[in-house]
Amino acid sequence: MPKVKSLDELRKLRDQVKDDISTRIETGTTIIVGMGTCGIAAGARETMHAIMQELESRQINAHVRTVGCIGMCSREPLVDIEQAGKPRVTYGNVYPDMVPRLIEEHLKNGHVVDEWVVGRKTTDDIGL
Amino acid sequence: MSEPIYRADVLVCAGTSCESSGARSVLAALTEELAKTGLDQEVRIIETGCRGFCSMGPVMIIYPEGVFYCQVKADDVPEIVEETLLKGRIVQRLVFTETESQMTVPYYEDIPFYQKQQRVTLHNCGVIDPTNIDEYIARGGYEALGKALGEMSPQQVIDEVKTSGLRGRGGAGFLTGLKWEFTAKAAGNPKYVVCNADEGDPGAFMDRSLIEGDPHTLLEGMAICGYAVGASDGYVYCRAEYPLAIKHLKIAIEQAEAYGLLGDNVFGTDFSFHVHIKEGAGAFVCGEETALLASIEGRRGEPRPRPPFPAVSGLWAKPTNLNNVKSYANVPQIILRGAEWFSKIGAERSPGTAIFALTGKVLHTGLIEVPMGITLREIIYDIGGGVEGGKKFKAVQTGGPLGGCLPEEQLDLKVDFDSLRQAGAVMGSGGMIVVDEDTCMVEFSKYFLTFATAESCGKCVPCRMGGRRMLELLTKITEGKGTLEDIDEIDSIAAGMAAGSLCSLGQLTPGPILSTLRYFRDEFVAHVTEGRCPAKQCTALVQYYVNPETCKGCGICARNCPVNVIEGGRRQIHIINQDGCIKCGTCLEVCPFDSILKVSGETVEVPTELIPIGTWAK
Ligand SMILES: Cc1cc2nc3c(=O)[nH]c(=O)nc-3n(C[C@H](O)[C@H](O)[C@H](O)COP(=O)(O)O)c2cc1C
Repeated sequence: MPKVKSLDELRKLRDQVKDDISTRIETGTTIIVGMGTCGIAAGARETMHAIMQELESRQINAHVRTVGCIGMCSREPLVDIEQAGKPRVTYGNVYPDMVPRLIEEHLKNGHVVDEWVVGRKTTDDIGL
Repeated sequence: MSEPIYRADVLVCAGTSCESSGARSVLAALTEELAKTGLDQEVRIIETGCRGFCSMGPVMIIYPEGVFYCQVKADDVPEIVEETLLKGRIVQRLVFTETESQMTVPYYEDIPFYQKQQRVTLHNCGVIDPTNIDEYIARGGYEALGKALGEMSPQQVIDEVKTSGLRGRGGAGFLTGLKWEFTAKAAGNPKYVVCNADEGDPGAFMDRSLIEGDPHTLLEGMAICGYAVGASDGYVYCRAEYPLAIKHLKIAIEQAEAYGLLGDNVFGTDFSFHVHIKEGAGAFVCGEETALLASIEGRRGEPRPRPPFPAVSGLWAKPTNLNNVKSYANVPQIILRGAEWFSKIGAERSPGTAIFALTGKVLHTGLIEVPMGITLREIIYDIGGGVEGGKKFKAVQTGGPLGGCLPEEQLDLKVDFDSLRQAGAVMGSGGMIVVDEDTCMVEFSKYFLTFATAESCGKCVPCRMGGRRMLELLTKITEGKGTLEDIDEIDSIAAGMAAGSLCSLGQLTPGPILSTLRYFRDEFVAHVTEGRCPAKQCTALVQYYVNPETCKGCGICARNCPVNVIEGGRRQIHIINQDGCIKCGTCLEVCPFDSILKVSGETVEVPTELIPIGTWAK
């Protein structure tokens, strides 16, 4: 193991290992995947894995959460993106191949991908 | 799949308390279930230290949501995995339920037990994996040490700690920065840094939990102290009954050395700091600093007169800085966030937080950290949830066996080093025991005295003989043989012990009795003048009678009496033969008609011969 020789090196190390505890600290961004039985049947787990891969490869810090069925079963897999201070946006029929564009547009460029949106919410009244 | 990417962390408390309530089997079940469902590539299990809510253990927190489950059993695990980890739904029956309102509280941050707490010293405890240095570093660990070594002179470090106002958490509340300065200025080489992790008070587990849950904080604090006072060796004196703490400490030392954050040339500088662990055999007196140092040297754990203080002549007669675990653990944050930040937390002359092991007759026992200056009432009612079983509060004992008892009138007392001392209790090392109306205060103070007397090392006469003599007097009082002169005698022995004992063990042994005498004197007087124990606890002073008005003559008491002293046939009023009664209370427990009277200091008129039920007239 390389020795830490200065405060700067320690801080670099800290930035590297920070991901280890990222689920336990605020990130400001939460991506919520519908994981009811309907969601799972529609491929929500694959979608979620694609999202996690994409976040990892782009070094984006965001929480990924799962949530039970919210009643729009025909639009599963459903993915919500929630960012501090912005309305929560729900996308429908999100399949793995759509994930890169979704992350690129929504999280990187800050544009909502209108054609995939099924709903928006300004208040945070959907719990876990 | 390559390196797994985790979306959720399941934090399972594996501190000693949760471990004893079954955390190990929960962890095993969880590991198995995650593997079975394939979730092990996206959900990670973290074993953490104590979260404090020990009465609700084993506890589990699931991030990123912060869902808090308590009293989790291995059987609950499949449901947690399926519902919460896979589908994101809460398992209601595992959620904390507030006793009074019956409200369920699913999220950690909303639990009332934590609302009035402020986690400063324990900020990593229960949040990180204590066996993984990277998690400590991710939370800013070792930056304070790096800052001290790279940007501050030893004197600046001392000044920062002094300005923060940090006072020693080992009990006496001596200014930590000042102590460091004494050691730094003392002549002699080498110098040593010693940590007191003996924690001998019955029921106290603050230091243990801190080391188990966040060992690096202690190590970093000690290393900063080493730099400030000019020492390159540190010793942690930890009792051998704390195997998990010692294990985590060893792992932490190894990992820190591998990174060059401890050991030779820390941070690549010419400062070196080696930490050694010395396991203590568990004598209470070895928590006293001079006895502790003697014990590390391999001598008998006996105190010696001070001065010289350890700062001048400590380990192997060299200048030695000795602090409690929590004192060191506060230092990294003081260095990193500044003295001013720290001095604003808590009370003016006692800045920072206090950690208590809250036990006894409160609803929620556990480990709590509160800002200094909080009232006893807030601790006992808002955090502890009040007295168990709807009973009436009687007293709270702080400071362990050398501390003191405070009554209801003192509940609004603000908790800090000075106010507690003025009220006749002490901060001590942080035990807090709540007792209800069913506790006899004479008996209660006798319990602490028995402990302190047994733990006296015997070196000095006031402590050795004084404690014994007081114990005899208290025993006499609880047996109903005491006199008012005995109470005066206790006062005078106490004064002698306080003035003449070699160390604080003897000096403070009378503490619990003196404070009880101060606030509950009438209970002592009732014992000696009326032969009455107000709490009806002193066996010699209570009597059991069958209530002749309500006895149904069923015979259950007579059949269950272990010494066969209850007389009476079917449908006859039963009579307890007072001479042979051993006052075990069995009759009271078994009587289906609540017809056994337990009294103290009063006589109950009962028939002198066996008569049929319903025929009794006084
Ligand atoms: C009988 C006895 C037992 C003690 N036990 C402890 C102990 O378990 N832990 C502790 O930190 N201090 C204990 N002390 C206090 C120590 O002597 C010493 O004051 C303290 O460790 C200094 O640390 P501080 O300046 O950080 O408070 C005990 C004192 C006495 C007299």
